[in-house]
Amino acid sequence: MKTDGRPAVSEALHEITLTVNGVVREAKVPGRRLLSDCLRHELGLTGTHVGCEHGVCGCCTVLLDGDPVRSCLTFAVSVDGHEITTVEGLSGPGGELSPVQRAFSECHALQCGFCTPGFLCTVTALLRDNPAPTEDEVVEGISGNLCRCTGYQNIVKAVHRAAELMGDEA
Amino acid sequence: MTTKLFGERVQRREDLRLITGQGRYVDDLGRDALAAAFVRSPHAHARIRDIDVSAAVDVDGLVAIYTWEDLPERVRDPLPLLIPHPALTHGRTAYPLARDIVRHVGEPVVMVVARDRYLAEDAAALIEVDYEFLKPVVGIEEAAQGAHLVHEDVPGNLGAHLVQEVPSASGAGAREAIEAAPHTLAFRLDFERSASMPLEGRGVYARWDPDDRSLRVYSSTQTSTSVRMAVAAKLGLPLPSVEVIAPDVGGGFGVKIVHPWPEEVLVPWAAMLLGREVKWTEDRREHFISSAHERGQVQHVRVGFDGEGRILGLDVTILHDHGAYTPYGIIVPIITATQLLGPYRIGAYRVEFSSIYTNTVQVTPYRGAGRPQGVFCMERTMDRIAAHLGLDRADVRAANFIQPGDFPYDQGLIFQDGRPLIYDSGDYPESLRMIKELIGWDGFAALKAEAAAEGRTIGIGLGCYVEGTGVGPYEGGHVQVTSDGRVHVSTGLTSQGQGHETVFAQIAATELGVPLDRVSVVTGDTRRFGYAVGTFASRAAVMSGNAIALACRKVRDKALRIAAEALEADPRDLEIEDGMVRVAGNPGASIALATVAVLSNPLRYAFDEEAKRATQFSGAASMDRPPVAEGEEPGLEGRDYYSPVRSTFASGMHAAIVETDPDTAEIKILRYAVVHDCGRLINPMIVEGQIHGGVAQGVGGALYERMVYDAHGQLLNASFMDFLMPYATEVPFIETAHLETPSPLNPLGIKGAGEAGVIPVSAVIAAAIEDAEGITIDRMPISPSELHELRGRATS
Ligand code: FES
Ligand code: FES
Repeated sequence: MKTDGRPAVSEALHEITLTVNGVVREAKVPGRRLLSDCLRHELGLTGTHVGCEHGVCGCCTVLLDGDPVRSCLTFAVSVDGHEITTVEGLSGPGGELSPVQRAFSECHALQCGFCTPGFLCTVTALLRDNPAPTEDEVVEGISGNLCRCTGYQNIVKAVHRAAELMGDEA
Repeated sequence: MTTKLFGERVQRREDLRLITGQGRYVDDLGRDALAAAFVRSPHAHARIRDIDVSAAVDVDGLVAIYTWEDLPERVRDPLPLLIPHPALTHGRTAYPLARDIVRHVGEPVVMVVARDRYLAEDAAALIEVDYEFLKPVVGIEEAAQGAHLVHEDVPGNLGAHLVQEVPSASGAGAREAIEAAPHTLAFRLDFERSASMPLEGRGVYARWDPDDRSLRVYSSTQTSTSVRMAVAAKLGLPLPSVEVIAPDVGGGFGVKIVHPWPEEVLVPWAAMLLGREVKWTEDRREHFISSAHERGQVQHVRVGFDGEGRILGLDVTILHDHGAYTPYGIIVPIITATQLLGPYRIGAYRVEFSSIYTNTVQVTPYRGAGRPQGVFCMERTMDRIAAHLGLDRADVRAANFIQPGDFPYDQGLIFQDGRPLIYDSGDYPESLRMIKELIGWDGFAALKAEAAAEGRTIGIGLGCYVEGTGVGPYEGGHVQVTSDGRVHVSTGLTSQGQGHETVFAQIAATELGVPLDRVSVVTGDTRRFGYAVGTFASRAAVMSGNAIALACRKVRDKALRIAAEALEADPRDLEIEDGMVRVAGNPGASIALATVAVLSNPLRYAFDEEAKRATQFSGAASMDRPPVAEGEEPGLEGRDYYSPVRSTFASGMHAAIVETDPDTAEIKILRYAVVHDCGRLINPMIVEGQIHGGVAQGVGGALYERMVYDAHGQLLNASFMDFLMPYATEVPFIETAHLETPSPLNPLGIKGAGEAGVIPVSAVIAAAIEDAEGITIDRMPISPSELHELRGRATS
């Protein structure tokens, strides 16, 4: 977690309003609160994970107004008024799994599951923009996310499978 | 047994919570807990002169600051040396907070507790520690010279020294055999450090209940039972008052088997003292500089062989860098020294290692645990022999193989479990045949010539390994069928993504004849199962899998006894299918397992409709014997343990084709093939997943990952920006084939699969690059700039 090294004697708090997974949420946060920490600790949405806090692993990826961002490199105050989708918001209203979620399970694209929320968000945006990616586009599309467990082979497979499932449903 | 789930590609039951964000990792728990942060040493070797906390005490939200001086008896003692060994004559472990001396960058010095982590770090940043610098000891060979010492009382920085020697059949020692051999070679090999690097770091969260004086600890650990015992001992609490739970764990790969970490002692201690929940979550830099690394070794090899490449004598001397402390003993170099032999029958073998202190992060097992280095040594040796004799590299290996008829095969050494290194089963010639076919070994020369004609440089490499898996001493399983027909399985070892909930459920469902969805599995929770060792050494499936199968068999026998009485049948005529106990060949005569569970527990009180059957006036009981017969217990449950006489030995062979760029020296893996033999497969999908992940880590270790220490003992690349772990763009497609040679040692015939993927990768990639370039490769990892430099040297 980040600190600027100076004591923050009673830090000023900022009131922010975020629309998270379609629900309007309000929080009071210090200026330095990372979006990842705000989601996890203020809003209790612990599905977004933190693997490095320096913007490399991609575990903390969420969708900001639909686009993937590293929530560990984003201050919560800077996204006041914006829409955020986290892994908790990928399923349908009745809890039905999204094609990307289903494909990940079907293809054994996760082991410990720690990187998975970041991949799911990344891939959701990837397939929205490119519903039928080539092998190279898939590998390229997930190349900003680290996974230490799976060796990526089944993740690549899952992205193709998700595209297929989405095609079937369209 | 008709419910055939063992061996199927069953989808994982862990997935649903993990893909919906409902997993529970340590940092997801305890939202209101106080947060701990640590002041860690910025110096590799220094004496602490003074710690000044005065500037920190005004920080908003600060709760407590602790130094070593503040710790009570036992808590302040050095952490335990987990695996003592007679050869580890100078074992040393760290204090939970540094006392007087720090011995590596990252060693914890002060603990801060505050309202949240931001504030705890604010306070930590304001604490001034005054250090007097001592000479840092960095680099294995420098350390081995002993000019400066890591521990004042450890001369030569030598923690352990061990020689193992296996004479030839005629009684000749290795050195003698080498002298007498028609051909000899001598060379040096280097292997650099890497680390497990799970994406979730370590973490501890403790809850003290002041009313009943009990402690609950959640830890991201590979062994909750042993953490529990360590915490109870350190805090002086009765064991039954301490519970430790490993919740969802975001990868382990070895580093989380080490325990108790300083934080695992200090966080619960602070929670008890403060009467508040306290949590600590490791950040990435802390993980780099304060947990553990592995791999670093220098090896000197002498080998003597005959004209067919058969090894007559092998003499290996290993310098092993174990960092600043030895909490995990000398397991890593022992494994290197013993598993180096791989699938081969060696004439005479001598291995000697010195395990050396340096002012760097401690070295403890990382997936493969010493084997990648050992296999690198042996496989590089095989390739050198082949090159020397002008023979095919696969043929030289085949000439040295232990044959299928030779099992059990005694290598004459003592393995990491203190037991003889006896291979139980395997089929190495078949494995070689399969890998050659899979990669196209025999047709490669033509391919290479074709590529050369196009100005491309490609090469092929091969690597073989044998892996001792499923080490003891034991694991246990508990299986309970409740009156709703559900089956509750628990085992004490922990999970870090291996899919244990799925494979153990497959085993239980198969053994008990119930549908998979009726089985639930709990691991790593001492509230459910208190006796266990932990998850490491590719042992979970072998150890807990068999224990659960044995526990299920007890339950099944009991179910059949009770059902036989109810159905007035002979238990031997009964079978269980789909949760129903049936008389074979008489579908009408059946009783649900749920009902058997009801009958197994004679009741006084009917708490629901079903329970009426087991009450005293139901007419079900025989009047001639007590309701619970002698030797029986109420309830349809069973507990059993599996404790093997020794490890079971999995094996495999990998092959790769690489291309090197003539200009940039970029190294690209074109194809990667794996033949893997882990005995009977419980779930091939999961085994393949383990292989993929292992190979990816192997690729990282072969081409990208290293721990770059400078002469001052600073780790220069302690972030994901600088420590290069492979992304999807770096890992090749992995082609996999399975061979199943059952283990004769355990009831299920299985062998471990967790680590295998990583083991031979550096050896294979080195061989392939060597084949492509015609330049000897004797150190790994290798980067394009290093290859470029080697090219320069080869032509100059
Ligand atoms: S936690 Fe944000 S990129 Fe790693
Ligand atoms: S599944 Fe464990 S890090 Fe990706």
